[in-house]
Amino acid sequence: MNAVSPDSRLAVLDHSRLKAKSTRNVDGRGNIKVSGVDIEFGHQGARTVAVKQANLEINSGEFVCLLGPSGCGKSTLLNAIAGFVNPTRGELTVDGKTVTEPGPDRGMVFQQHSLFPWKSVQDNVAFGPLMAGASRAEASSVARTFLSLVGLAAFADAYPANLSGGMQQRVGIARALANYPSVLLMDEPFGALDAQTRIMMQENLLEIWREFRNTVVFVTHDIDEAVFLSDRIVVMSASPGRIIADIKVSLPRPREQALLTSPEFMVLKRQCLELIREQTLNAFQQQNKAG
Amino acid sequence: MNMKANAAMATPVSHPADLAPDSHAEATVEAHAPDQTQEQADDVAQAAHARIAARHALMEKSKRYLVRTAALIMAVVFWHLATTHDVNLFVNFEHVPEPLQVGEAFMGELAGSEFYLHIAHSLERIAVAYGLAVVLGVTLGVLMGRSKWAEDIILPYIELLRPIPAVAWIPLAILMLPTEQSSIVFITFLGALFPVVLNTVHGVEQTSGVLVRAARCLGASNRSILWHVIIPGAMPSIVTGLAVAMGVAWFSLLAGEIISGQYGIGYFTWTSYTLIQYPQIIIGMLTIGLLGTLSTLLVRKACSPLLRWQPTGGRV
Repeated sequence: MNAVSPDSRLAVLDHSRLKAKSTRNVDGRGNIKVSGVDIEFGHQGARTVAVKQANLEINSGEFVCLLGPSGCGKSTLLNAIAGFVNPTRGELTVDGKTVTEPGPDRGMVFQQHSLFPWKSVQDNVAFGPLMAGASRAEASSVARTFLSLVGLAAFADAYPANLSGGMQQRVGIARALANYPSVLLMDEPFGALDAQTRIMMQENLLEIWREFRNTVVFVTHDIDEAVFLSDRIVVMSASPGRIIADIKVSLPRPREQALLTSPEFMVLKRQCLELIREQTLNAFQQQNKAG
Repeated sequence: MNMKANAAMATPVSHPADLAPDSHAEATVEAHAPDQTQEQADDVAQAAHARIAARHALMEKSKRYLVRTAALIMAVVFWHLATTHDVNLFVNFEHVPEPLQVGEAFMGELAGSEFYLHIAHSLERIAVAYGLAVVLGVTLGVLMGRSKWAEDIILPYIELLRPIPAVAWIPLAILMLPTEQSSIVFITFLGALFPVVLNTVHGVEQTSGVLVRAARCLGASNRSILWHVIIPGAMPSIVTGLAVAMGVAWFSLLAGEIISGQYGIGYFTWTSYTLIQYPQIIIGMLTIGLLGTLSTLLVRKACSPLLRWQPTGGRV
């Protein structure tokens, strides 16, 4: 799992079009506003409340993690921002526009198996630009740039099946970024990777993000991951999912693996741990009652 | 044969490159291979390994084909013995022509022009009927896979009509269609249609939800999702349907040709029986088998570029 090589980074910086566009991203776009949002599933009889009274404001260029025990509705909230599910009540806007459907302004990275298996790595990344109306040549050139960015230029012609899980996720990130989205949504993207690969990927992601500075909403149940990556951690309670804490993470950037053992890191980690523990206990009690 | 392969596998182990412990031990390398650096030696050893692996794979493959050919030859030998000794143990071989007679008759057919005319007619019917079945079958299958309405309207017909064998359609086809040619093509088409439709539906319904969502996030329209996600995703299943449909097309065609028509390999086989030309029956049967196998193989080969992305590389 080689990190982004110096050469490929240079290639990115030399690419004037990317540079121009990525700076434009920072120009105040990617503001997410969630006000009084409830998300419910099912019909009258068997109705489940996945998200309850969510209020959240995420500003342009912020890296926010949604943290919570499994089944707390954090992915549902992410899917609502993506436009896959619509809120039952309340309002959800991105840059002032109500979200009703998915769009290329909000790129998404899924947990796994989300690359098109029949497209080469390069064609996967070129898909977004192609859908946005770019010519085949333009789309391929953008794809190559982004593959260099994630250090996979050499695998442009490979099919996803021939890549390791970590490499596939890097292609997924490149594909989501190739549309220059103002918001990058990530649904436990490293959840299926082994611990070592996961740390590499986290460092890699931060490095890439430094170039783009777009808004990132990152769903995870891994506390270390949340503290390591984000500017803010939004902690959600077990079902129904409510936002119970909004913790500011002011650890200096750039962040590296050594941070994981620093005292400041531990303080934040303990804070999250206690909140999560409380929620997990609650969830257990609820399940026991229900059972 | 195995012993030989093992001996060949063992050869590179004694190659000088493998005896040199590391690149700094120059003396050792020089002692064994004066002009080579360790790296070159490694390359050579690797190339040798690859060559031997390839040779081994080829031998394995040719061995299997040898066994398959031998299995066929065994059947011919049995056929020869059974017919020359007029075996009659429940199954009666007294009227079955001997392999040599069939071979002789086959040479005779190849020398004439009539035989080719029969094959040409059958191939033409297959081409038209199969082509129609593929186009209509994939279209219907995609429609049914994507729309509950379409599925609910079309599926009852498919379920009801599918078990009806081609032969049972012949009377109605003759009554309804203007020419014999069109009734044979219709029956063939019908046989090929069902496997194509059902496999396409199956493939389309298996579409991964994550991939559709990923495509929508990337700005794909419904139409683009169909072309870039749903149809490629269904392709392995569609290709299986196409291969099965080719086989069904041949035996539906034969049913049609035996009962009506003036040319075609099925007609050839059946008239040979009525004309008491027994070797020709067997020639007809084997020709049908061969054409069916070759055309199915052709379908698979033609489709394999569409499946290159699979871990198997689309090989068939």
